[in-house]
Amino acid sequence: MKKLLARHETYVFLALLVFSIVITVINPNFLSPDNLLDLAKSYSLMGTFAVGVLFVLISGGIDISFTAIATITGYVSAVLLLNYGEQMNILEIFLIAAVIGVALGSINAAIIYYLKIPPIITTIATMNIYYGILTVVSSGRWLYGFPDWFRRFGDSRIFTLHNPDGTPYGLSTVTVIWIAAMIVGWIILRFTLLGRSIYAMGGSMLSAERAGFNLPFLHFFVYCFMGLMAAIASVIQILLVQTMAPNSMVGKELDVIAAVVLGGANLTGGVGTMLGTLLGVALVAIMSNGLTLVHVPSFWYKVVIGLVILVSVGVSAWRSRRKARKAVILDPDVPEPLEADYAA
Amino acid sequence: MQRKVSELTVLFFVLIAVLLLMWALNGSGFMSFGYFQSMAFQLPELGILSLAMMITMLTAGINLSIIASANLAGIIIAMILGRLLPSDSTGIGSSLIVLATIMVGVGVAALIGLLNGWLIAYLEISPILATLGTMIAISGMSIVLTKGYVLSGFPQTLLFFGNGVILGIPVPMLVFIVCALIMSLVLRRTPLGMRIYLLGSNPVACFYSGVNNRAVLLYTYLISGILAGLAAVIMIARFNSAKADYGESYLLLTILASVLGGVSASGGFGRVSGVVIALVILQLISSGLNMMGVNNFLTIALWGIILILVMVIKFVIDKRQERRAAA
Repeated sequence: MKKLLARHETYVFLALLVFSIVITVINPNFLSPDNLLDLAKSYSLMGTFAVGVLFVLISGGIDISFTAIATITGYVSAVLLLNYGEQMNILEIFLIAAVIGVALGSINAAIIYYLKIPPIITTIATMNIYYGILTVVSSGRWLYGFPDWFRRFGDSRIFTLHNPDGTPYGLSTVTVIWIAAMIVGWIILRFTLLGRSIYAMGGSMLSAERAGFNLPFLHFFVYCFMGLMAAIASVIQILLVQTMAPNSMVGKELDVIAAVVLGGANLTGGVGTMLGTLLGVALVAIMSNGLTLVHVPSFWYKVVIGLVILVSVGVSAWRSRRKARKAVILDPDVPEPLEADYAA
Repeated sequence: MQRKVSELTVLFFVLIAVLLLMWALNGSGFMSFGYFQSMAFQLPELGILSLAMMITMLTAGINLSIIASANLAGIIIAMILGRLLPSDSTGIGSSLIVLATIMVGVGVAALIGLLNGWLIAYLEISPILATLGTMIAISGMSIVLTKGYVLSGFPQTLLFFGNGVILGIPVPMLVFIVCALIMSLVLRRTPLGMRIYLLGSNPVACFYSGVNNRAVLLYTYLISGILAGLAAVIMIARFNSAKADYGESYLLLTILASVLGGVSASGGFGRVSGVVIALVILQLISSGLNMMGVNNFLTIALWGIILILVMVIKFVIDKRQERRAAA
C-alpha cells in the first residue's frame, strides 16, 4: 500500500477515476463501450506520439520536431498511396514511413550528440527546417482520395459489436497498432538492458558515460525511436482522417509532451513509465471528451488542461522535495541546479 | 570578458555582411529610408518579446508563456477599451483612460510573470514545465474571453503606439529602444543583474554566496512578464485588433534571436546588445528575402538552419578555446 502511494501513477489513476465518476453522473453515455472505444481510436495518434516522447524524456532530452517528422513521413506515404497505391500494401507503407522517420530522427541525434547543442534548441530548429521545406515542396496542398483497400483498413475492426439501434462499433485496428507500440516500448523499458541504459543516461549523463554506457548509440536509439513512432503515428493519422494536410499535426507537439508529463515523466530525465504515459493520455482524452459530454463549452478545454498540468507537476515537485528532505540531513533549502545537465 | 567582446564583434561583422548581401541581391530599393522605416515598425514586437525570453534564459530557464501572456494582456486591454471608449473618441480624457488601460494590461502580464516565478522559485517546478502549464492555461483563458473571435477597433491614442512616428522614428521602435536600454542597465549596473548572471552560471554557488535565489527568480519572471505586456500594447496597436492566437510563431524566433545574440541556453552568459544586433540581422534577412519574393516557409526553414549554424560555430569556437587553454 505504501509502495502504491509513493507512485505518481496512483495519483493520475485516482484523478482519472474522479473525473470519470463525475462525468458519468452527469452524462451516463460516457461509460458506454461505444464512446470509450471511439475515444481509444481517435487518441491513437496522440498515444503513439506519446510512446516516442516518453523515451526521449526518460533519456533526459526533449523533442519538439516529431510532429514535423510525422508531417514529412505522412506526406510521402500519402503521395505514394495516390500514385502507386494499388500495387502496395499497408506493411510497405509503414515500412517506407518508418525508414524516413528513423532517418530524420538520426539527424536530430547526430546534431544533439556530436555538436552538443541542447535538444530543445536542436529540435526547434529541425522542426522548422523539416516543416518549412515540406510546405515549400508540397506548396501546402491537401492530399485525399486514397485507394479503397486503404480506406477499408482504416475502418476495419478486430471485433465488431452493435448498438441497440444497430450501428456497429468495436475495437479498431488503428487502436491495436497503438497498443502494439506501447507493448514494444514497455518491454524495451522494463525488461532490456537497452531500456535500463536509457534510464541511466537520463538519471545522469556523466555517470552513465563513466559507467561505460555507449552514449552515442543511446542518443541515436532514442531519437530514431521517436522518429519511428512519429512515422507510425503519421500513417495512423491518414488512416483515421483519410486526408493528409501539411498543417494538420505541427503545433500539437506541446500537447503530447504535456500528456506524457502528466503521466509522471520529468524533463530532467531518468523518470517515467509506459503505464503512466497511458494514464496521462487517457486523462487528456477523458477530460476533453468529458467536457463535451457534460456540455461545457469547448473553449474551456485548454484552461482545464493547463491547470491540471500545473497541479500535477506542482504536486510531483513538492513530493520529490519532501523525499529529498527526508533523505538528506543537509540544509533543506539548497536549490537543485536548474537543467544544468547539458552544461556539464 | 575578452571573449564576450570578440563575440559581439563577430556578430557586428555578420550584420554588415548580411546588409551588403541583401543590398547586392535586392538593388537600391533595399537601402532606402522608407524600407528601413518599415523594418523599424516590424522589429519591436519580436524585439521586446526576445528580451522577455532572454532574461529567463540568463537564469538557465525558459519562458514558453510570453506569447500567451502578451495575447491575454492585449485582449484585456481591448475588452476594457471596448466597454469604455468608442473607437473614434479623442481628447485628453480618452488618452488618460487609454494609458490607465494599458497599465491594467501590463499589470495582468506582470501577474502572470509573478505566477511563473512563484511556480519556479518556490514550488521548484522546472521552468519548461511551469511555463508550458501557464502557457496552455492562459491561452485557454484568452479563448474563453474572446470565444475565438477577433476584437478590433481602438482609439487613436492606442494606435499611436503601433503606427505613430516621432522625428521620423516609429514609436514602437522608441519603446523597444527604451526597454533595451533599461534592461541593459538593470543587467549590467544593478545588484539584481549581477545576481541573475550568477544564478544562471551556478545556482548552488550563488546560493552559498548569500543570494536569495528565489527572490532573484521571482524578479526575473516578473520582468519577463512586464516585457510581454509591453509587447502586447505594440502588437494590438499595430494590428488594430486582439486575438487569442496572434504571433504563435514568434516563440521560436525569440529563442533564435537570444541564442544568435550570444545568450547561452545553459544560463549565465549573454548581453542585451548581442540580442539587439541579432534581431537586426534577422529582420534584414527576413525583409530581404521577402523583397526577393522568397516563399515564407522557406524563410522558416532558413531560420532553423541559421539557428543550428550559429550553435555549430559556437561549438567550434569553444572547442578551440578549450584546446588553447589546455596548451
